[in-house]
Amino acid sequence: MASLSNYISILDPSLLVVMAGTVLLSISASLVGTFAFLQKRSLVGDAVAHAILPGIALAFILKGEKDPLILLFGALISGWIAIALMDFISTKTKLSSDTAIATILSVFFGFGILLLTYIQGQANGNQAGLDQFLFGKAAAMRQSDLWVYGGLALVLILAVFLFFKEFSLLSFNPDFAQSLGLPVKTLRFILNTLMVLAIAVGIQAVGVVLMAALLITPSAAARSWTDSLKPMMLIAAMMAALSSFAGSYLSFIAPSMPTGPWIVMSLSLMALASLFFAPKRGMLARLLQQKKHQRKIRNENILKAIYHFSERSDQQKDWLRIEDIQGIRAFKNDSLKEGLKQLNRKGLLLLKSHQLQLSKRGEQEAMRIVRLHRLWEMYLTQRLRLKSDHIHPNAETMEHIISPEIEAQLLRELDYPDLDPHQSPIPYENDN
Amino acid sequence: MKNKDINKVPSLEVHNLAASYNRMPVLWDIDFQIPQGVLTGIVGPNGSGKTTLLRNIMGLMKADSGYVKIFGEDLNKVRERVSYVPQRESVDWTFPASVREVVEMGRYRNANLMRRLSKTDKEKVNIALEKVGMLEYANRQISQLSGGQQQRVFLARSLAQDADLYLMDEPFVGVDAATEEAILEVLSELRNEGKTVVIVHHDLQTAYQYFNWIILLNTRLVAAGPKEEVFLQENLREAYGGRLTILSKLSNLIAKSEFPVREKGFKETEGSGDGQS
Repeated sequence: MASLSNYISILDPSLLVVMAGTVLLSISASLVGTFAFLQKRSLVGDAVAHAILPGIALAFILKGEKDPLILLFGALISGWIAIALMDFISTKTKLSSDTAIATILSVFFGFGILLLTYIQGQANGNQAGLDQFLFGKAAAMRQSDLWVYGGLALVLILAVFLFFKEFSLLSFNPDFAQSLGLPVKTLRFILNTLMVLAIAVGIQAVGVVLMAALLITPSAAARSWTDSLKPMMLIAAMMAALSSFAGSYLSFIAPSMPTGPWIVMSLSLMALASLFFAPKRGMLARLLQQKKHQRKIRNENILKAIYHFSERSDQQKDWLRIEDIQGIRAFKNDSLKEGLKQLNRKGLLLLKSHQLQLSKRGEQEAMRIVRLHRLWEMYLTQRLRLKSDHIHPNAETMEHIISPEIEAQLLRELDYPDLDPHQSPIPYENDN
Repeated sequence: MKNKDINKVPSLEVHNLAASYNRMPVLWDIDFQIPQGVLTGIVGPNGSGKTTLLRNIMGLMKADSGYVKIFGEDLNKVRERVSYVPQRESVDWTFPASVREVVEMGRYRNANLMRRLSKTDKEKVNIALEKVGMLEYANRQISQLSGGQQQRVFLARSLAQDADLYLMDEPFVGVDAATEEAILEVLSELRNEGKTVVIVHHDLQTAYQYFNWIILLNTRLVAAGPKEEVFLQENLREAYGGRLTILSKLSNLIAKSEFPVREKGFKETEGSGDGQS
């Protein structure tokens, strides 16, 4: 932890202003970036971020100081030239769009670095602090700059709200938008301009190199949490806000650190966490779901094995031993014991000192699974015309998936058959 | 024009339309009219330019020559009387939107740019959803829909537009029997209301059964008119019996060289040939 003298209260007014500004910038970038993400134009965002560097550098050379309005103007011009050139290359030449993006990115960025190097050699180069444009430094923003950037960010957020309906349609189905007679070209122009401006503003916090992360990562992370656009943008904005809050605070307590990497790192952590832990779409949820299915399959197989035992053995005995089940189907010992315990807990199975018996409900459940297996085999032979020696493996899996709806349909279509293709009886509940 | 009986204005007139796709000419001087109140199928084999024709009618592509009139007017003057249903595969169905949100897009227009939809708009959306049997799925995410349901959503969006002319690109492809039936019912309802429907359709088997007006297309217009007059052995053989070899050779030549399809500044003159101009 930082010593007490280095410690800056979170309530320090100058820190508060910088934080508010940075949070605002990030929110505007994440909202505008959502549409780039949805249009699968993430790389274009990255290219534009790099491409505004020469515009900023030229604006500085011409003006001789860091006037935010002039710098923004320079960024806008060079960003727009980059977008126009990328469009031109991918539509008018035989080069593909990824080539166009890569070319424009490197050419513009290279030129920008060249200009930066020239500026650093000049007399006023050191106070320029233009290298901050590469990696961002929230704390270096002057109060007066903040008003410009923060104000612009607010305008961007407002514009996204105003055009929300049109931008969504443009991202989902541009042809349809055009068929409605909407001014698609103008809307595209506005959206692209918003993107360039969001980037120009956002680089104050994260810098040119990492700007694409601020544009795209929030919406990519938010996508895991929801399937609808408004909540998705809300979550993206919150993630962007949170990470830039953390980043700008850090840039105050450790002034030698650039802000960009901190913001991007915390954003990436959130994105990674989203990929793993989000409900339904997250990897963990999917893994748990798979585990659940595996357990269900195993337990149903145990029930089936018990049913088969009583079906096959001549001598009827009420209580079975574990070895009896193993004789029908080879389960792993641990797994079998775990399954028996779970079935017992669900009331499908009775246990008595290493012996077991199906309960009434367990018997019905076992019957249902055997019935599904044999019905499906019937269906495969009758409708898919598969030979009876090929159908068993398929039915082994399908018996666990078939829903009551599909079962009813199968029964209707096959007209309640008595025997399966292997001449085994198909068990129904009423004919005990 | 004003004194003309309004019903005599064709719903759609395509005049001498020539168009290319990726510089390859795919439509050669297409010329036909469709009266109001008919159910039309644009029928032809794969690659015969059906979709290109529809996209040209909707102004989504630039024609090499010719023009399109809708109810005797330029498309831009009658936008709100025309509805376009693109191919189902042309959009990304994993897009984060609900069924209702997509159908609401049918109510977007210049008049409500940057504004919320009105109450009337929302009512129309609900009615359209009900007509295609999707009202109960209105809040479902479109990523969870089956192919047939996706097509119904597109159909509902189109119905919500409340148009007089409907242009649909392959609405029957990859849909289940129930959806097919639902679409056909909606179509005949539209026709009973005196609306005109034009459908791009690749399946010759069902075309005769679905439509009462047929445009038979294979890069050129083979025949257009009431289905009884168009569905003749020789027409079908001409449309489906392979391409005209010289025509496709020339198309390839145009695509490869930087050759224009029309000379710059060429204006059609009255008269029927280069002998008498």
